[in-house]
Amino acid sequence: MTTLAPDTVPPLAPAARRPVPLTRLVDVELRKLVDTRASRWLLAAVPLITLLAAVAVAVWGPDTEVTFGAYTATSLMPLELLLPLVAVLSVAGEWSQRSALTTFALLPRRGRVMAAKAVALLLVTLAAAASVVLLSAVATVVAAQARGLDAVWDLSTTLTLRSVLAYAAAVAFGFTTAVVLRSTAPAMVACLGFLFVVPMVSSVVAGVSGWWAEHGAWVDLSWSLSFLTLPGITGEQWAQVGTGGLLWIALPLVLGLRRLHRVEIR
Amino acid sequence: MIRIASLTRRYGDLTAVDDLTFTASPGRVTGFLGPNGAGKSTTLRLLTGLATPTAGTATVLGRRYADLPNPGLDVGVLLDASAQHGGRTGRETLVLAQRTMGLPEAQVDAMLDLVGLTRTESRRRVRDYSLGMRQRLGIATALLGDPRVLILDEPANGLDPAGIRWMRDLLRSFADDGGTVLLSSHLLAEIEAIADDIVVIGHGRVVAAGSTAELLDGAGTLVRAHDAAALSAALTSAGYRATAGADGAVVTDAGTVDAGLVAFAAGLPVTELRCADGTALEEMFLDLTADDRRDRPSVGAVPIPSGALA
Repeated sequence: MTTLAPDTVPPLAPAARRPVPLTRLVDVELRKLVDTRASRWLLAAVPLITLLAAVAVAVWGPDTEVTFGAYTATSLMPLELLLPLVAVLSVAGEWSQRSALTTFALLPRRGRVMAAKAVALLLVTLAAAASVVLLSAVATVVAAQARGLDAVWDLSTTLTLRSVLAYAAAVAFGFTTAVVLRSTAPAMVACLGFLFVVPMVSSVVAGVSGWWAEHGAWVDLSWSLSFLTLPGITGEQWAQVGTGGLLWIALPLVLGLRRLHRVEIR
Repeated sequence: MIRIASLTRRYGDLTAVDDLTFTASPGRVTGFLGPNGAGKSTTLRLLTGLATPTAGTATVLGRRYADLPNPGLDVGVLLDASAQHGGRTGRETLVLAQRTMGLPEAQVDAMLDLVGLTRTESRRRVRDYSLGMRQRLGIATALLGDPRVLILDEPANGLDPAGIRWMRDLLRSFADDGGTVLLSSHLLAEIEAIADDIVVIGHGRVVAAGSTAELLDGAGTLVRAHDAAALSAALTSAGYRATAGADGAVVTDAGTVDAGLVAFAAGLPVTELRCADGTALEEMFLDLTADDRRDRPSVGAVPIPSGALA
């Protein structure tokens, strides 16, 4: 459909149309992430919070905290809260706002739409992480200059990558809750509950139950994800990340997508 | 071309669409008429791949909708004008559709002009739109890909009289250019004014189908006289069928000329004589609507399908 005068060409048989490429869908889904006020503010909060954290550390922090590694670690934390909510809005918003009716009428292959959403969220997740690392580097230089210190470039690549993985997992969990629940408010509650309430309850239970203290990390994903942000991680802890991820992300996601495929869009 | 063949959709015990078969042809506006809860919207969702039929098939341009590679270019769909993201601007809503279909961006402005949304209005959020403006935006989305088929669910809802007139003209010229239009409504008058063909459904089944002229002509002639009983008797003895209404009106299968002659011969002053346009259709339609009234205990098992599975 590149012609400017479609009336002069005979209409194409539907079979001759080219299918909508995934890249175009990803482009559309990326656009949807920033064209509403809610998700635009959530995304705008990423650099703002990084900046605030950097200023706070620079002004009030001890000299030992004014390092690239510390800045990056501090600033990545808010992402684990913000980006999962962006994921929830991206998926559940289609149902709560009922725009799914148009989305899936324009693209009846629901799996492709969901794949495009996942790719768009992954790109935004990585871009946000990259911008945090970049801003942290700038903050390190500025803060060191202001205090008359030498900038400390102590960023551990593996730790940073693991932190990014932890927060990508949180985003994936947000995506999963939205796919399963298909409604913004319940999905947000489930997502925030996972990020805040579950770790608290889990640690209380671990305090009274020896069995949970020893084995809980196999089940509690928020617990095993916290291993990823520690300086050292054991093989067993990686395995616990794996079982938690299977139980709370992979399995519900597969079931949720299967359901989403058949559900009536109204 | 839209073909619906033995289409059935059950929700548990409720059969929302029951062995439905009809066709909407190119070059014609097909009105899909039925009272609330008759299964119109469910049928349109089944047709557009948003719901899966229990049995039967629905095809657009010879294919299942879900098999169309880029459906927006072949079929314009507007199922619910209020189902649009309130946080986006009208223009942004169109841009998303334009990008999904892979069209040039100039198409967006062309559509805004076509449906009469100004640039200023298009920059407002859909949440602040009136239902009429949402209908126009929805129509713009449906027409964006220059499709050959239009599927519209209650498109006149929320439009003012001028808007309804505009919508009628738009659909008329779309069909005159060879397009297929299927539009649903629960208002007989609205369908009568625009449709070439009418499909009436009730309880998920076709209860009447045919060209508008056929369905309306079938109604015969309406004659009114002070003495309806005498008029009715005179028509019957002249060999016509005649049904006297309560208000002195008699509906008969005689033509207007013959009915007038019979009344004259019987010495009955005629106070009204005309084609009984749509009376029969309206009666049938009212019967259907009455069947669906909630306050009838016998109909407890026939609620509207929408919401049944919400």
